[in-house]
Parts: sequence; C-alpha cells; structure tokens
Amino acid sequence: MNPLAAVFFRDMRIAVRVGGGALMGVLFFLAVITLVPFAIGPDLALLRRIGPAILWLGALLASLLALDRLFAGDHEDGSLDLILLGRAPLELVVIAKALAHWVTTGLPLVIASPVLGLFLNLEPLAIAAVMLTLLVGTPALTFIGLVGAALAVMLRRGGLLLPVLVLPLAIPVLIFGVSAADAAIVGPVPFGTPLAILCALTLISLVVGPVAAAAALRQGSE
Amino acid sequence: MTAHSQVGTPAMQLVGSDLVCVRGGRQIFAGVSFAVGAGRALAISGPNGAGKTSLLRMIAGLLRAEAGRIECRDGASDLTIAEQTHFLGYQDAVKPSLSVAENLQFWSRYLGDGHGPTAPALEAVDLGGLSDLPAGYLSAGQRRRLSLARLIAVKRPIWLLDEPTAALDASGQARLSELMRAHTVGGGLIVAATHGPLGIDATELRLGP
Repeated sequence: MNPLAAVFFRDMRIAVRVGGGALMGVLFFLAVITLVPFAIGPDLALLRRIGPAILWLGALLASLLALDRLFAGDHEDGSLDLILLGRAPLELVVIAKALAHWVTTGLPLVIASPVLGLFLNLEPLAIAAVMLTLLVGTPALTFIGLVGAALAVMLRRGGLLLPVLVLPLAIPVLIFGVSAADAAIVGPVPFGTPLAILCALTLISLVVGPVAAAAALRQGSE
Repeated sequence: MTAHSQVGTPAMQLVGSDLVCVRGGRQIFAGVSFAVGAGRALAISGPNGAGKTSLLRMIAGLLRAEAGRIECRDGASDLTIAEQTHFLGYQDAVKPSLSVAENLQFWSRYLGDGHGPTAPALEAVDLGGLSDLPAGYLSAGQRRRLSLARLIAVKRPIWLLDEPTAALDASGQARLSELMRAHTVGGGLIVAATHGPLGIDATELRLGP
C-alpha cells in the first residue's frame, strides 16, 4: 500500500476507535445548537432567520475543537519524527492526514446539520442550502486549521493558542458560508455568487494549507 | 529473518565534521567530528545533557546543526540521509488504540514499501503471540520491542538508536545485540547513544567533559 494511503487509513482507524474522539465534534455541535433556542427564546421567526448563521457558528466551533488532535497525538508519542523520515513528500502526507481528519470530524457535522436545522425551524430549502455550504466550506476550515495545528503542536499547551491563530483566518469562510445560505433563503443575491467565492476559498486553502503546515512542521521538529 | 541480506552499499560512509549544537541559546557541544563506515557501529557516550540525543537528531535531519556538516558518502545517491535512516528515539511511536500488528504494518508501509509480511519481524522480537492485542496494553519493554520490530520489517542502512537498551530485559538486550550484529554484518551502520555497554564492537565517541 502507498504510504499516503497508509497514513489516511491509520488516522481513520485511530479516530473511530475508543478514545479517538470522532464523535466529539458532532456532540459539541449538537450541544451548541440545542442551547441557542434556550438562550434567545422560542421566537420561531427569529430562529428561522438566524438559523444558518447559528449552524455555521456551531460547525466552526466544533471543527476547532478537534483540530488540536491533528498533530498533537503524533507529536507526543514520537510518531511525528518518524513521519518526517518518510520518503513521501511531507506536503502530501499532511494532505492525507487532513483528509482523514475531515472525513472523521468535518463530514459528520455536514451529515448532522439537517437534523439540527430542524431544531432551528429551518425550511427544507434552507436546510439543503446550509448543508451544501457546509459540505463545501468545512474542508476549508480543516485545511486552514491544519496550519494552526502544525504551528501549535510544538508548543506546550499549544491547543489553547490554536483558536486564536485559526479563527481570524476562518472569518472569510464563515462570511461567505452564511451569506450563501442566506442568499438561497431570502436573496436578493443569487445563491451562486457567494457559493463560488466559498468554493474558491476552499480551493485556496487546499493548496496553501498543506504547504504552510509542512513548512511549520519541518521548522518545529527542532 | 534474513540476517545477512545486504542493506547498504559496501563503501557507504556517514561523516560528520565540526558539528556545533546550540539549544535555547546555550552551546551544547562544538567541534564534534565522526566517521562511520558500512558494517561499523559508533557508540556515543557522555553525561546527561552532553547532547547525545541532539547529535542523533542532527544526523536524522530533525535538528539543524549550527555549524559543520553531515554527509553520507557513496550511499544510495538519490536518497537523503533521513530517507535511509531508522530513528529509534526514547519515544516508541506506538499508537495505543491500534493492535501490535497494525502499528508495525503502518510503519512498514509508511517507511518502506510495505510488501513484506510483518509477522517474522514480530517473531524476531518475541511479540508473535501478541499481534492482535491493542498496543495500549503493552509494557514499556514490549513497546520497545515493537519499535525494534520496525527496524527489522523495513530495511534501511543507517540505524540511529537512542538508549536502545532502555526498558529491555536481559533477553531483550541479548536479542538487540544479535540484531545489531546482523545489521552490521549485512553492511549497515549504527550510531547509538548509550550509557551502558552496547553488546557489539563499536568505536566510542565521547561528548562533554
């Protein structure tokens, strides 16, 4: 088997086994979304209006929660040193790790979003729009977070620094994710425009994230 | 186990010259030079904090030398030193939630071509009966044996060993010496940081006062 496939399947396996924390993000997502109606009261019209934004915020926070573990586990037990000694390019290894991370933490958020949309009194069209924007946007969150995770992994308690590093960079994704979902529901901008920008942000992060993360890991291995 | 298979080129030589190591603004060592040829072993000794681990990490390319250079002469020309190196650090790189066999399989796929079966390597370190056990249940010595199995499962000519005998019992240490001897006979070279005797013929490089 190819070294990259080996990394992908190993990370998937670790995530779904005991203590892997694959479901932790979804549970956190659920907790955030359930709390919102309690906080702002049973105003169904208001919930419907801010629903997409709440779902996006919840997904953003939930994906941040798991980012910490992306490299930390491999750093703590010395695996990261050995990963650096591999023959596969580190950038590609980092992509394999990020994909495994997205499939185990980002994709469950996308899948859970329709159910949580119902909690917020969203219409079917709005639910579909939010789900589509999350599907397109969560990989961007993972690949932006990748850089932060690689930078934070060498620091003691770096996990605390991670949200501070990553959140500002995730703001554009949040803006265009929510505005695409809103555009589908209320207009007046056509849905395609913000969605295209969201796609572009994801594609940029797919290219820049792994290169920056690999550079950070190489520097940080000292 | 294929003890006498050739792992490196016969003329291969690992040479470090005038290495300086600075960590956290403090100079750990300076002017360190060494040369190890194929089939030879180098034992790095010295008190705690003398820079034994740092020197190994430097050779592996995990740490930048402040000055001096490390080169591999007449090795496989298209590979860097790191790509020809096994690094056995004080950490075992074992994932507790994966089974013993899965841990070894991953490293043999990642570091090598991964075509060879991993069972013989597990047998060679006396872990054959535990291959399905989650690695989280292993003792420190067994985890050490599992990381040694990595060196057998994937053939790489340069072995960098940091306190390889740590946590191993008497039979484990004897097994380790046997493996190291087989590796040098096969043309591999070993650089080991150690406090105790290594169990094989080795040139000594003393760091620190």
